Amino acid sequence: MNTLTTQDTFDVLLESAPQNFSVLRAAGKELYQAAGLPAAKAEEYKFTAITKKLEKSISDFRAAAPISISQNQITESTFKGFDGYILVFSNGKFLPELSSQIEGVQVGSLEENNEGIGTIAKAEKDAFAALNQATFSGGISITVPKKIQVDKPILLLSFNQSNEGQVITPRFWIEVGDFAEVTFIDQSVGLGDSSYFINKVVEAKGGINSQINYYRLQHEGDQVIEVSNIETDVQADARFTSVNISLSGDMVRNNLSLNLLGSNCEGNMYGIYLLNGKTHVDNHTNVDHTIPHAESNELYKGIFDGQSRGVFNGKIFVRQDAQKTNAFQQNNNVLLSQDAIVNTKPQLEIWADDVKCSHGCTVGQLDEEALFYLQARGIDKTLAKGLLLYAFVGEVLEKIEDESFKNHVVGLITNRLGSKF
Amino acid sequence: MLTIKNLHASIEGTPILRGINLEVKAGEVHAIMGPNGSGKSTLASVLAGREEYEVTEGEVIFQGKDLLEMAPEDRAREGVFLAFQYPVEIPGVSSTNFLRTALNQVREYRGQEPLDAVKFLSLMKEKMKLVEIDQKLLSRSLNEGFSGGEKKRNEIFQMAMLEPTLSILDETDSGLDIDALRIVSNGVNQLKSDKNATIVVTHYQRLLDYIVPDYVHVLYKGRIVKSGTKELALELEEKGYDWIKEEVDSAAV
Repeated sequence: MNTLTTQDTFDVLLESAPQNFSVLRAAGKELYQAAGLPAAKAEEYKFTAITKKLEKSISDFRAAAPISISQNQITESTFKGFDGYILVFSNGKFLPELSSQIEGVQVGSLEENNEGIGTIAKAEKDAFAALNQATFSGGISITVPKKIQVDKPILLLSFNQSNEGQVITPRFWIEVGDFAEVTFIDQSVGLGDSSYFINKVVEAKGGINSQINYYRLQHEGDQVIEVSNIETDVQADARFTSVNISLSGDMVRNNLSLNLLGSNCEGNMYGIYLLNGKTHVDNHTNVDHTIPHAESNELYKGIFDGQSRGVFNGKIFVRQDAQKTNAFQQNNNVLLSQDAIVNTKPQLEIWADDVKCSHGCTVGQLDEEALFYLQARGIDKTLAKGLLLYAFVGEVLEKIEDESFKNHVVGLITNRLGSKF
Repeated sequence: MLTIKNLHASIEGTPILRGINLEVKAGEVHAIMGPNGSGKSTLASVLAGREEYEVTEGEVIFQGKDLLEMAPEDRAREGVFLAFQYPVEIPGVSSTNFLRTALNQVREYRGQEPLDAVKFLSLMKEKMKLVEIDQKLLSRSLNEGFSGGEKKRNEIFQMAMLEPTLSILDETDSGLDIDALRIVSNGVNQLKSDKNATIVVTHYQRLLDYIVPDYVHVLYKGRIVKSGTKELALELEEKGYDWIKEEVDSAAV
């Protein structure tokens, strides 16, 4: 009998996984096999038929071999005005010879941090996290020691391309000591036209009073199918801010989880979807308030054109002990075409009784009255639309503290919206 | 300058304008008055190009061009300005950026060079005085959180910046206190010249004490049923609209 299921297909990847971390990988494999890929109506992947997509679009489930990257490609892919350190990856493999030395920061292979792996992004939570734990190749460990303030942003520049196999499994371990501060810009560059599947895990362990900014730009092109799990532990008085900008892709699922573990800490989750064509982006976020006096802020804004589809699921979990929690969540969407779809779902579970939580989601169209107002002042209709849409997402862009990255994203967005002014 | 001939317009199949005829020449101020629901604001909206109104009959010629054929932005660039009855709040777009974009789009259409930031700011400062508007207000998002009076002043300020040939003021006076009304009217009066014209749409005669019209037209049931001079406005103030309604309705029987 020949029943080919995706789980069977990933067996090829599982069998050819690297030999190191054998205990960790075995545990990942077991959890992955127990969970299996999400079934068609699985609650967590209800609107994102990732399993079907993989079966349809990926034919070779072996790991994609690293491709050679030239200095020229790196220069070309680094956005204008960027001033910082660059760490280069090829199909998930870290390329130290092409990467910057960062003073005071330890960058190395995951072997150097084998105790932490899997303790934050736990394999039992998500089948893809488990699959990553079983099959990751290469990977990187970045450690910012106590009290070190990294003076410039660190660009995590990943080049991805189908190469023999079509599966790329990056894994980042980030450890930021007490009172340390660092900004990451996670950006991928898609090469070639063939589809590939990225199954990425990023674990960030922040110390007391640490500050981590994790900015992410998803603009690889329409050959990418991706599931990522980014998870962080936030300790007392610390702050973690994620800004996720999704501009293209075939099907993208972002799982972002913030575990607020120490009082007076702050977790921020911001994002923009600006999609057209048939791009499908699903942002699933989860913030877990476990202690009193912590704050979380969340704002995702989406603009959907063509036949694109957006999914937002924002889970806020406030445990019984987490009194005096402040948790705010907002998701606003604009549909520009008849065929675009948005599914948005706030999901609040509050077990404490003295908290401030708010959430709101909206799905609407462009404000026709505002459009007419601008036109009536002589502004071209296309430009007027662009101005309004830019204004709509502007609130999220303001959350990006790094000016050069902000300018880059503003440029990409105004270009797309035709709102240069 | 503006010739409206037998203009009919409807919204969602309901006729609102039923044959408007109006001739406006350069240098003139026309007041359009009438009871609620008579079609005053519809006329203003149709002239500015609001899409939900369908013109079913008639024509509008503005400076020799067919106005109804033009997109709203082209009407504005040709020199038509509508001061909105309800100016729209647009979060995230600063008044200054908006005006500079608008002004430069208009200039581009007219074959003029765009204004650089310095020239734009000095023009803005000059025009701000006209309506006593505060610069702080203009660095904020367009109309967001503005009071009613501030919004209307901002409309006249935009008018001053764009220097239209034909200004249509749609109920600009409604809801204004005397001070604000005086400021707004003063702005309008200073912008008046023998090259431009103004159509003042209002429900109340009060505004016409400040902006003195050359002609007053009474709109009722989608038609201009009476035209006169400013004395007609005073008569309306005194006697209300009922006598006109009766006149028209009995004539129709």
